[in-house]
Amino acid sequence: MSRRPLFVVSCLAFGYAFLYLPIASMVVFSFNASQLVTVWDSAHSPTLHWFAALFQDQEMLGAAWISLKVGLINATGATILGTLAGYGLARFEKFRGRFTLNAMTTAPLVMPEVITGLSLLLMFVALDQSIGWPAGRGVGTMIMAHMTFSMAYVTVVVRSRMATFDRSLEEAAMDLGARPVKVFFVITLPIVLPAILAGWLLAFTLSWDDLVISSFTSGPSSSTLPMVVFSKVRLGVSPEINALATLTIGTVALLVTGASLWIARRDAARTVATG
Amino acid sequence: MGGNEDRVAGTAPWNDPEARPYVELVRVSKSFGDFKAVDDVSLKIYRGEIFCLLGASGCGKTTLLRMLGGFETPSTGRILIDGVDVTDVPPYERPVNMMFQSYALFPHFNVEQNVAFGLKQDRVPKAEIRERVAAMLDLVKLGDYAKRRVSQLSGGQRQRVALARALVKQPKLLLLDEPLGALDKKLREHTQFELIGLQEKLGVTFLVVTHDQEEAMTLASRIAVMDHGEIVQAGTPAEIYEFPVSRFVADFIGSVNIFEGQLIEDEPEYVRIASEEFGGTIFVNHGISSPPGAAVWAAVRPEKIGMTLAPPAGTDNVARGVVEEIAYLGDQSIYLVRLPGGKRVRVTQPNVSRHAESIGRDQEVHLSFDPSSPVVLTR
Repeated sequence: MSRRPLFVVSCLAFGYAFLYLPIASMVVFSFNASQLVTVWDSAHSPTLHWFAALFQDQEMLGAAWISLKVGLINATGATILGTLAGYGLARFEKFRGRFTLNAMTTAPLVMPEVITGLSLLLMFVALDQSIGWPAGRGVGTMIMAHMTFSMAYVTVVVRSRMATFDRSLEEAAMDLGARPVKVFFVITLPIVLPAILAGWLLAFTLSWDDLVISSFTSGPSSSTLPMVVFSKVRLGVSPEINALATLTIGTVALLVTGASLWIARRDAARTVATG
Repeated sequence: MGGNEDRVAGTAPWNDPEARPYVELVRVSKSFGDFKAVDDVSLKIYRGEIFCLLGASGCGKTTLLRMLGGFETPSTGRILIDGVDVTDVPPYERPVNMMFQSYALFPHFNVEQNVAFGLKQDRVPKAEIRERVAAMLDLVKLGDYAKRRVSQLSGGQRQRVALARALVKQPKLLLLDEPLGALDKKLREHTQFELIGLQEKLGVTFLVVTHDQEEAMTLASRIAVMDHGEIVQAGTPAEIYEFPVSRFVADFIGSVNIFEGQLIEDEPEYVRIASEEFGGTIFVNHGISSPPGAAVWAAVRPEKIGMTLAPPAGTDNVARGVVEEIAYLGDQSIYLVRLPGGKRVRVTQPNVSRHAESIGRDQEVHLSFDPSSPVVLTR
């Protein structure tokens, strides 16, 4: 199979170029010395100037910190709620309000973000005026808003994992003397943990790059990273943004590669031991 | 066959009215909505038995097993184990363990942790757990596999881990749901005898659910045949094979030829049946009690029918037919003989001689059987 048809190879090349060329060019331009994003200054490049500038930009750092805080709290909260909802929907065939719960947990998946954001804003304002909580808008309301939609994703992931879960595992544990609560924590939870972790990561990612819902539900001095980036970009793209994007891509690539390596090594270890 | 029942401590406690049953089901029923999965089942199982629940899928045998394990609650009736009413006791407090059909081994534990799980729940001291787990793994010949992950084991090894995990708690009753169902044929035969050996060594009472009649015959001290949620017949394998109570049981266990007919003579010592299907009269040397003229069925096992080229003496229990099919199985051959009335009779003949008998296809043969061979069935 050393000779591959030219057509196939060019298709592959074109496909990769389509997917990765924009990203690659952005990474290259993050080392550009020029103030102008589109002009390559070959005299002074490459430089780490924009990375240094990024780490001195207090507004950017503050926004990153808020994004991180919102993302972490949201991911954890959404994972707990979504796991419970997914478990309940997968496990209990009949209960009062099952249909409604099912519809309500999947609704945010298909709802346009503008509508979700606007309706949450209206609700927060109405609550503030009638019962005084939540007072004003800020990080708290943003976390609540993020949780409503990211929980839906966690629910879907956990629920589909639970649907293929062999229930006799739980029965066996009970048969061997474990009480139901212990069965859940010792047997069920560890086995579905990968799905729950995937849900957590998904929730974090969704929150990390959400712009629309955040814009509706944030208050003064609680701008997230996407909001700051977006407002900066509107005034003209600064090369600093390129540096930020390069860092983000680097982190993600590192994490994904690490995870795949870990999985591949674990699988290889298993195969060797079996064979 | 005989001999299975000798394994039970003492001989045949079920024939002794004084004997105390170890597990007792008293008029147990279970309904799911309108569907009656188990219908008024009463059963006594004695200490040290291997008791088999045998039936086709959907006959209620698994539901019965799950009720003994505590995973289903009977709609009506009581369940007693060693004299204690456990009907409403949850699974984690029953002196019963179960080996699941899927084995249900915990994938995130290794072999040793799987087996130790039950003892840990009982807060057995660590040193004792280690000792008992090691002893149990040696017993099922998995001593070298203690640290293996479940995903690294073969089907047969998984089966033995599941068995060890269920036995290590020394339950009063071990429930086995299709214990050999997932193994291939050769391994299954081997494992059957291992299972019996293990049961003899540990003295635990076994309740086995299976749809495989051969498995039930090999393993069981007694078998209960189930159909539509009811126990149709319970007895030793020999009793069930030789004295089935109904056409269903006769047909379910082994293969059988059933001839429909009318009772023409019914004396205490013998019965004579006129059967159009058989093309003659069937003489049976034991009596039944049914009014003359009643429709009855005579069941004859294929291995109890003789086949000759020359006509046999006598006029009862003889028929003439043409060989339609022959299946050569090595140790025996199966012949399908077509009677003049159109009925096909199955006859098996052991291949005693290495030189094949001269009976071939389309040959006319005479069939005959002993008056003690047929079983007269009224339902």
